[in-house]
Parts: sequence; C-alpha cells; structure tokens
Amino acid sequence: MEFETVIGLEVHAQLLTDTKIFCGCSTKFGGAPNSHTCPVCLGLPGVLPVLNKKVVEFAMKMSLATNCVINKSCSFARKNYFYPDLPKGYQISQFAYPLSEHGYIFLDVDGAQKKIGLTRIHMEEDAGKLMHDEHNPVSYVDLNRAGVPLIEIVSEPDMRSPSEAADYLKRLHEILVYLEICDGNMEEGSFRCDANVSIRPMGQKEYGTRAELKNMNSFRNVQRALEYEIKRQQYLVECGGKVVQETRLWDDASGVSISMRSKEEAHDYRYFPDPDLVPILVDDAWVEKIRRELPELPLAKRERFIKDYQIPEYDAGVLTADKALSQYYEEVVKLCGKPKQASNWVMGDVLRFLNEDKRDIRKCPITAVALADMISLIEAGKISGKMAKDIIPDMYKTGLSPQKIIEEKGLVQITDEGELIKTLTAIIESNPGQVADYRGGKEKLFGFFVGQAMKATQGKANPQLVNDLLKKMLAG
Amino acid sequence: MELNQLTIHELQEKIKNGETSAVKITESVFQRIDAVEERVHSYIRLLKDEALVAAAIADENIKKGQIKPLTGIPIALKDIVCTKGIPTTCGSHILHNFIPPYDATVVEKLRDAGAVFVGKANMDEFAMGSSTETSYFGPTRNPWDLERIPGGSSGGSATAVAADECIASIGSDTGGSIRQPAALCGVVGLKPTYGRVSRFGLIAFASSLDQIGPFTKDVEDCAIMMNVLAGFDTKESTSVQAEVPDYCQFIGRDIKGWKIGIPKEYFIEGIDPEVNAAIQKAIGVIEKCGGKCVEISLPHTQYCLAVYYIIAPAEASSNLARYDGVKCGFRTSDARDLLEMYKKTRMHGFGAEVKRRIMIGTYALSAGYYDAYYGKASQVRALIKKDFEEAWKKCDVILTPTTPTPAFKIGEKTDDPLQMYLSDIFTISTNLAGIPGISVPCGFTAAGLPMGVQFLAGHLEEGKLIQIASAYEKNAQIEKRRPKL
Ligand SMILES: [Zn+2]
Repeated sequence: MEFETVIGLEVHAQLLTDTKIFCGCSTKFGGAPNSHTCPVCLGLPGVLPVLNKKVVEFAMKMSLATNCVINKSCSFARKNYFYPDLPKGYQISQFAYPLSEHGYIFLDVDGAQKKIGLTRIHMEEDAGKLMHDEHNPVSYVDLNRAGVPLIEIVSEPDMRSPSEAADYLKRLHEILVYLEICDGNMEEGSFRCDANVSIRPMGQKEYGTRAELKNMNSFRNVQRALEYEIKRQQYLVECGGKVVQETRLWDDASGVSISMRSKEEAHDYRYFPDPDLVPILVDDAWVEKIRRELPELPLAKRERFIKDYQIPEYDAGVLTADKALSQYYEEVVKLCGKPKQASNWVMGDVLRFLNEDKRDIRKCPITAVALADMISLIEAGKISGKMAKDIIPDMYKTGLSPQKIIEEKGLVQITDEGELIKTLTAIIESNPGQVADYRGGKEKLFGFFVGQAMKATQGKANPQLVNDLLKKMLAG
Repeated sequence: MELNQLTIHELQEKIKNGETSAVKITESVFQRIDAVEERVHSYIRLLKDEALVAAAIADENIKKGQIKPLTGIPIALKDIVCTKGIPTTCGSHILHNFIPPYDATVVEKLRDAGAVFVGKANMDEFAMGSSTETSYFGPTRNPWDLERIPGGSSGGSATAVAADECIASIGSDTGGSIRQPAALCGVVGLKPTYGRVSRFGLIAFASSLDQIGPFTKDVEDCAIMMNVLAGFDTKESTSVQAEVPDYCQFIGRDIKGWKIGIPKEYFIEGIDPEVNAAIQKAIGVIEKCGGKCVEISLPHTQYCLAVYYIIAPAEASSNLARYDGVKCGFRTSDARDLLEMYKKTRMHGFGAEVKRRIMIGTYALSAGYYDAYYGKASQVRALIKKDFEEAWKKCDVILTPTTPTPAFKIGEKTDDPLQMYLSDIFTISTNLAGIPGISVPCGFTAAGLPMGVQFLAGHLEEGKLIQIASAYEKNAQIEKRRPKL
C-alpha cells in the first residue's frame, strides 16, 4: 500500500527581549543557577505578573512576517500541571484567545511554491531546568529560564514529507533571525520543535492517528526522527497493527523514538483565563507601527538580490539564508561595486573557510572592507585572480588587509611596461630557436613565452600586459 | 477610656496635642493583648519588639513635627499579606515557615504612613472559611461570646479591633471575609472595588475576587485607612488607574435625596428575625436621614453562591498549585520520589477545607466539565454584574443585611460545609461584581451579639459608601458597648 505522510509542527522560539515576560529579570543565557530570578519568576506566594510589552511587539513582528491576522483582543490562560521546573504549578500561556491566527508561508517544493498554513502564534513563559545529581538521588532546580518569553508557532498539518518539514523549519528559523527576535540557537534551546505525524493510505481524506514527537534539537534530527516515525507507522499498519495516539521522545544517540506517554496518560491542563492578567488590546495603529519596523524579510531580499545585483537565483538563496551573511555581501558590493565577483568570492572562498571552522560570518576574519579591497585590486589589475587565490587564505588566517599581505610578500604585480619590456627582450634574445619557430607559424609556442615571463617575474607580471607586449614583440 | 480603646482620629488628636505618645499607645495595646489574647486568639504572631521600635521611631518623628496619617497607630495585619522578613503563614501548615523576602504593597503603604504593626492576625486557612475555624493555628473566638465564632476568613483582624487589641486592622475579602466578621464582631469593615487596593503581596485565594480592605472602630477611621490603602500599583495588572479622592471629605455629609435600593431577593426565608428587625430599623434611620428607600431586584441573586463556589475554588486550585514542597514552605520528609513528595506534602500541608476546595476547583476545570461549570459560571457572573448595573439606574446605594444570622457557635457548622457557605450569601455578589461594600454595626441581639448592615455602591464609589455609612452611624445612635472579656 502507498501511504501519504501528514506532518504538522509546533515551534517554540525564545524571544530576545532583555527582560522576562512577567518580571524585570534578565533573560541572559548561562548565569549562575537562580541568579536571574526574583519573587515573581520564582512563583513565591502573593506575587503578581506584569506583562512585558516588548514580548507582544516581538510576537506581532513574527505574526506579520508570516501573514497571520493579529487579533484585536487576546488574553493569557493558565496551563496547569505539576513539575519542579514550573514554579507556580501552572504555565502562563495563551489558549482560547491567541495573539494571531490564519498565517502562511511558502516553501519551494520541486520548483513550485507550496503554501503552508500557520494555525496560530501565541505567547507564553518558559519553564526552568532540572539538574540531576549523578551520584546522589537528588535533583536541583535552576529557574533562570523560568519566565523567559516564548512564542509558539503552530502549523497546519500541511507538510507531506520530512524534507518539507525541515524546509518549513528552516524558513521559520530564517524569518525569526531576520526579525532579530530570536537567536535561533537550537542547541541552547532557543528554537525548539515538536512534530505531529500521521500516515494515511494515498487518496484517503481523513487523517490517520497521529503521534507527537518531542526532543529533536537540530534540523537534521527533525528529519531523521520524522523519517523513523513514518517508517515505524508504516510498518505497524502493514503488519496489521494500529498507530496509537501518544507522545514519543526522539533519542538521537540510538536513532529511535520511545513512547513517553499514551493518550490516557496525557495531562489534563485545565486551561482557564489567567485572572491576574488583563486582555491585550491591539489596535490598528499599533499593528501599523510594528509593520513599519519590520526589516526586509528573506524572500524579499532574495528577489531584490536577483534583480538588483543580477546574480543567479541559487546565489541569492545562499547569500540570504543568513541575515548576517547577506549584510556582509551587500557591504562588499557597496564598497567594490562588483556584485557577481563579490558573490563568487563570498560563496566560494569565504564560506568554505567558515564552514571548515564552523565559524559564524559575524566572526569572519576577512572583513567586508578587506574583501572589497581585494576585488578592487583585481579589477584595477594590481593583482591577478591567481594571486588573489593565493593571498585570500592568508587574509583569513591573519585578518590583515590584502594590501598589507601583498606588501609583506612583495607580491605587487609588475605593471611597469619598461621593466617588463626589459625582461621580455631578454627572454626573446635567449630563445632564438623558439622565436623563429613561433614566427614560422607555431603559435602554440606563445604559452611558452608567457610561462617564461611569469617565471622570470615570479608570477608578479600582469598577465594581460605580458600578453599584449609579447604579441607585439614577437611579431617583430 | 484606655488608649487602646480609642479610634485613629481620636489618637491623632492626642498625638498632635502632645497628650500621648506612640510608645504609650503601643504599650496599652500590648497590655490589652496580654490580658485577653489567650482567650480570643486574634493573632498568629505578635510583633511586640518590632512594634515598640517602630513606635519609638514614630515618637521621634512626632517630635520633629512629621506626623503622617497613621503615625504611631497600632495596626494588625491579616497573616495573608506578605511582610518582609516576618513569617507569613496564611493560616496554613504548608506555609508555617515561609518568610517573604518582600512586603505587600499595602504593608509598604501603611509603613510609609507611619503605622506600627502589632502582629499577624489569625484567619481561615488560605482565607477559605467563614468562621476562622480552619486556621492551622487554632480558632479565633468572638469577643462578645467566646463560645462563638468571630466570622471569617479575616476573623483575627475583626476580633483584634473589636477586643481593642489594635486600633485598626487589614483584612482580605473574597466572598465576604471582611464584611461578615466585621458584622459578627461589631466593627466597621470595607471591601473596596476590585483593583482599588493593590493585591501585590496578598497571598492569592481567588485572584478575580480577592480584595484587601480595612477593619476599623468607626467610619471615619475607615476613611483614614482608605486614604492610605487605595491607589494604582504598577506591580498589579488588574490595578485600577483612577484618581483617589480624599475619603475623609465624605464624613459628615448628608444623604438627602439619595435613593437607597432594597433588593427584594435579599430578604429571604431563613434570615434571623433579630437580624431582620435590625435591618428594618436601619432602613428607618436612613429614611430619617433623607434617603428614599426603593425596592429593587437583583434577579440573579439566587445563583451567586453556586457561581462563587465554582469560580473561587477553580482559581484556588490553580493558585495553590505552587505549594508543592519544592521552593518554600512545608515539605514532607518522607518521600522516595517526586510524586510521593507532592502527594504527602499537600496531603499533610493543607487542611480539610482547603483540600475540599482544591478538589472542587480541579473538577470544575477538568476536560469535559469546563463548559458546564467554569464556563457557565463565568457567564452567570456577567449577568450578576449586569444586575447591579441595572440597579444603579434606580438607586445610588444598596442596603442589605451583612449576614443572615448573628455569630454561630464554634463547631456548629464545621461538619456541614453547605450551611457554612450560606453565611456569605449576602456578601458574595459584591465580589462577583467587583463593586465595593461596607458593613457597619447596626445593633445587638437580645443575647448581646452584634449585627451589621451592608451598603453597596457602584465601581470606585467607596466615597458614597463612607458618606452613607457615616450618616447612618451618626443618626442610628447605636449604643456604645465593649465586649466583656
Ligand atoms: Zn524575575
């Protein structure tokens, strides 16, 4: 039997506000345990939450960037469950009245645009972290993360393959980072994803029973976990079994998922409106203000790069996948005025160096100014492309400007005609046989003379100039 | 008269005239406490040393001529408001060792106004009760009859004022917890508009209903206390951003031409005949003051109790989830795993009434029941609010009994929660509607038990309540008695 896969994703993104969602504590990652806490985020008796308006604005940005309709009024609800990392015994989240709904984004699927629906985006607070003592039956609670703002982005079950799911995640990730509202760090948990997966016989309208997958902390893991889950479900059905509704935990090390809890064991979260918080009213003026603050989004930037810089779609895609990279590229173009050359150098050498070192473009030792200078030097004929290829690893290693490296290595191209003519004359005089053959019609020998010229100048001669001069001199 | 028997405004006069000092007033309060506290049990914790230090500082300020509204006035705090560095138990075993690292906003305000804190007053556990019998620290007794309950949940705050163990006190009112004990103990008690007084630092019972308010010996003191307590607080999202009037300006003003609504649904069968008689008499006094009494209808009154006993426990079941033994308060020492720790901590940490309400509330919010219970209750709550909005078209103020009966005997209703819940039948609608209400003494039964009349007004109209209560107090000429202890 042929099956169709149905995937919906829930993404949790930590927002980059300076302070937590309901108190003034810092959201910085990595402080000493419980150093970023106060009575409010510790959930001590008698304290009350006060909403950080920045959180709403960040969430509005994501809503607008994903074509969601922002509700005129939304409110917070309590999600009740017991766990030691949840200090109040409930999480303040949104339930019946989310911030925004009915959004969508497009994916490139087999060369066509596929629309993926976004059910809703809502705001909520993060929980703390448990640390278990390996040697004693003791656990510790670190509440630094408790109260850090999150948005949950829920998709429609519109994805039909693990690669579509991975693609969707990358698009969301890209938008969040472009908006500068989330650092997108999956290892540190600033961008997390749960998946709802089901299969159904090709052509069937009704959805199959779905399993929820948790704990996939990289794009690669998401794809692997989904592929595993689909195989698991297909195998079950083909063996005459049934998929049960359950939550499964992905174990990256062993490459399998294990059942965490069944539908019967699922929590009853007893959602109800949080009486400590008032509804958030969003008027058109506020939405417009946020809309005006939106930066250029990846898709628009891609199109602009293709149009304005005349670079191929593929190049534009690579260069805009990371906002910082696109900014680096644009800076180089602005300084040297050569978009295609800039694209070649950035996508070729610069990205290769960075990938080898797993280094972020923001920490690239070759500054945009240095790269632009190098391109300009080539254009001006001061160095050859070949020389540039030779010095760019040094620029990356040392962080020095191309001029500095050229100077240190004594690499400046010989563009002085008089000097070159002297060298070429010597070559012609000491190779009378070859000269005679060349003049006799063996034009292939031209390369021999160029090679000799380069050798004599240790590669510093301007190749174009050498060509021109040689042609003239050999012609006699 | 002893100093501890005087009102805030009487003591202020004496302080200003140099006739007495804050230390003397505080000492007289503690002498009284030494004499009667064992029998009444108004307090969970006394703060004598702290109080005497605060009084000495007050005297320094008085000497410098820096006299604030409550300078040198001994005030009792219900043990539900957080006090920095001082244990705050909420009447519960689960918080018996909880020391807040912060002050409630009202505590800050009172301290800034010069108040001297006498102690933390006894209360029903987590304010869940109408008799102060559910306190982990034992019951408080009614000073007018030690065999009887003082009302609740702010029983200790009421008795401390009634027995002159302080000059005024702070309580909290979720369904009548200020007004009902005020009536049963013969003192003035005001529940302000929801959001008028900050809830920051008030340990939550039912967040959409809880409100802090004062207990005082007369209406003028109530106005003085409200001047200190009321106001917007950035630490509370539901705090009301509105100008606070000088409540003292409403004292002594007449109520000529006011329309007083008498809701027919409040004069039900089962109301005690002596209470009924006292209320009829109060109506007469109001009319003599120039008020015109009109019958009104609050048609959804019969649903108030049911709505309250869904919404309040539902919110409580969530509010009390944080008492899990992880961060603060009591934790069982006998658990092998997390689940057992939770279960035993909460089983031994909470009393029976609290556990009953957590279970009711958990049930009311459960999947499949939410719409029928919490959802429906919220809808009816909106209708109850609307009842009052309609009423304000016909009258300025509403007059009702505060309680259906005078104080009942200790233990009389502990086995019958439904009977106990009925003692709040006249006070609950106020909290559901978020409006202010005041209870003023309106006489004594033949057995010498105090009774109270309740006035209700629209949103933020505490001024009106103070005006009519002060007019009533002045004209009713209720006999000045003190409990014989
Ligand atoms: Zn905090």
